[in-house]
Amino acid sequence: MPEYTRLIHNYLRHDKKFPHVWCPGCGNGILLGSLIRAIDKTGLSKDDIVLVSGIGCSGRLPVYVDFNTLHTTHGRALTYATGVKLAKPSLNVITIMGDGDSMAIGGNHFIHAARRNIDITAIILNNSIYGMTGGQYSPTTPYGMRASTAVYNSIEQAFKISELAVTAGAVFVGRQTVYNAKLLDNLIEKAILKKGFSVVEVVTHCHVQYGRQNKLGSAVDMLKWQRDNSIPVEKAAKMSPEELKDKIITGILVDKDLPVYEEEYEKVRERAKGLA
Amino acid sequence: MGNTNQPLLLQGNEAIVEGAIAAGCRFFAGYPITPATEIAEGMSVKMPMVDGTFVQMEDEIGSMGAIIGASLTGVKSMTATSGPGFSLMQENIGFACITEVPCVVVNIMRGGPSTGLPTNPAQGDIMQSRWGTHGDHPIIVLCPHSVEECFYATIKAFNLSERYRVPVILTTDEVIAHMREKITLPPAESLEIIERVRPNVPPDWYIPYEDNSIGVPPMSAFGDGYRYHVTGLVHDVRGFPTSRPDEVDAFIHRLHRKIDKGLPYIQEGEYFLMDDAEVAIISYGSVARSAKQAAILAREKGQKVGVFRPITIWPFMRGAVEEILKNVRAVIIPEMNMGQYSREVKRVDQGYARIITLNRVDGQVITPDDILRKLKEVY
Ligand SMILES: Cc1ncc(C[n+]2csc(CCOP(=O)(O)OP(=O)(O)O)c2C)c(N)n1
Ligand code: SF4
Repeated sequence: MPEYTRLIHNYLRHDKKFPHVWCPGCGNGILLGSLIRAIDKTGLSKDDIVLVSGIGCSGRLPVYVDFNTLHTTHGRALTYATGVKLAKPSLNVITIMGDGDSMAIGGNHFIHAARRNIDITAIILNNSIYGMTGGQYSPTTPYGMRASTAVYNSIEQAFKISELAVTAGAVFVGRQTVYNAKLLDNLIEKAILKKGFSVVEVVTHCHVQYGRQNKLGSAVDMLKWQRDNSIPVEKAAKMSPEELKDKIITGILVDKDLPVYEEEYEKVRERAKGLA
Repeated sequence: MGNTNQPLLLQGNEAIVEGAIAAGCRFFAGYPITPATEIAEGMSVKMPMVDGTFVQMEDEIGSMGAIIGASLTGVKSMTATSGPGFSLMQENIGFACITEVPCVVVNIMRGGPSTGLPTNPAQGDIMQSRWGTHGDHPIIVLCPHSVEECFYATIKAFNLSERYRVPVILTTDEVIAHMREKITLPPAESLEIIERVRPNVPPDWYIPYEDNSIGVPPMSAFGDGYRYHVTGLVHDVRGFPTSRPDEVDAFIHRLHRKIDKGLPYIQEGEYFLMDDAEVAIISYGSVARSAKQAAILAREKGQKVGVFRPITIWPFMRGAVEEILKNVRAVIIPEMNMGQYSREVKRVDQGYARIITLNRVDGQVITPDDILRKLKEVY
């Protein structure tokens, strides 16, 4: 049996009706593939994986895969994930969020989850737009780009998701494009295996909303743009801010160790029982 | 859990903590707010002692999300808040309704709207507790009126949430939350503790939202091998999103039916001096204490006054209220709001009895004297 057939049979739900909700050519499907390959490599049991999402095109991902899947409210995936992980630390918890989901309505939860350092892997599909609601500007829409609520072009500065994650205290932060799917597989695998709060920013394309409004061409054109504008973090270190303007810095931005919340809480239990 | 057999002097909020632990609650997420903060503080001390978990979230939206997540792993969970935080929780309360995740939300009512009167009692959230989250959904709301009852109502809240797979709201006011009364905690064996029904079929056979005679499908815990999908979208019996009218209709009706069928078990009220009453005071929470005192004083004057006190605020105790309306000539409904529960009573009053409302919204409790003065209108 070819490898992809095995993966499909093993990880996609048999009883879920396809086709999926995404537009043909959407980058979300590439991430889905990466995620499955990465999880397969980790060797984790499907029973022990909880996939939590928010609301958006990105939020529809978990329904297709054969894990414990939880499609929550807009922006709140990390809060549900926090409850799941703290109540049952043996589970491996992965969240899937959009850029609006994680940075706008869920921005506060994001920085606090990073600060708390609970062992959760947060995967963010950054397509620079609100896809599901039809192409409104998001916190990651670059200055000067067009959206359905910014037909005179966006006048806001965009968040840099990975840099924000680093500042907020995430112990593992990586960024990769869906164009570089193989590298994305590896990055996600590392993030899942990392103890503590890890973030993977997946730079992807929404050719249907963002691409069309900004005349960026087809899904293939947008993938080529990702290829041509990616700079590995090691190389970026030797470049000036001007040279890095509008580039996608890829790779692992941070990988460090800090006390993990669940382990610390175990100590709290010991202290509390000593008191009792 | 505190010592049993010896009487303790506890606050309402502390009794809620004890009740939650006795009910088996092992996860609490919250955000500080007066007059509910003591519940979070108490849980932060006690949860780790019983191998439970306490987490202070960044806001009440997060608290609500976290307790739902915890419950999905099979752990009983709770949060506690007051007006502003209760408002923030509403969207995720709706998520618990549609996904049928058991959990308990405590709302200690203070004066509103907005920041309102943080340290004063009120009963302004009666309608919010019913309709705070959007969409058609049944909800269970319990309202204790003493410290001891805070303990038992908390256990009942957990039991109902587990039995019917619903979020249950336990609401009371600042007076009950902060006042101290004597309470003897019962031995654990004497308490009826209900656990959610888990699937007893192999995972391959598990249909997570399949209807049955009670309308409450067995619930598996994440990690137990029953991998299924949980979504806030309307879903079919397998948990997958659907907009097929027949499936949507059956689903929404089942959510209502499971509660309708449970009404005799869910609804609880206290009848105080009601046997021969010709005037009834209908009242809940701290106001019911004044109502009872007023009834005692009225009877000293020869006025046959009784009190009906719904402990289950929602679903509205229609049958009980109708029966009372048919048997008295007047009903007085004192509330620390502009008239919320009284609207429901008026709705079912088919001209049976005169209905008189008594409302205070100045942050002060309704006193027995306030009620006695009102009684003059019918005597
Ligand atoms: C509380 C709330 N506000 C607004 C919405 C409407 N809404 C649904 S998806 C979405 C934006 C999604 O954008 P993003 O998070 O970037 O994900 P994408 O669709 O691009 O994957 C919004 C605003 C909602 N579902 N809930
Ligand atoms: S709208 Fe954009 S993000 Fe959503 S499925 Fe279509 S291409 Fe993908």
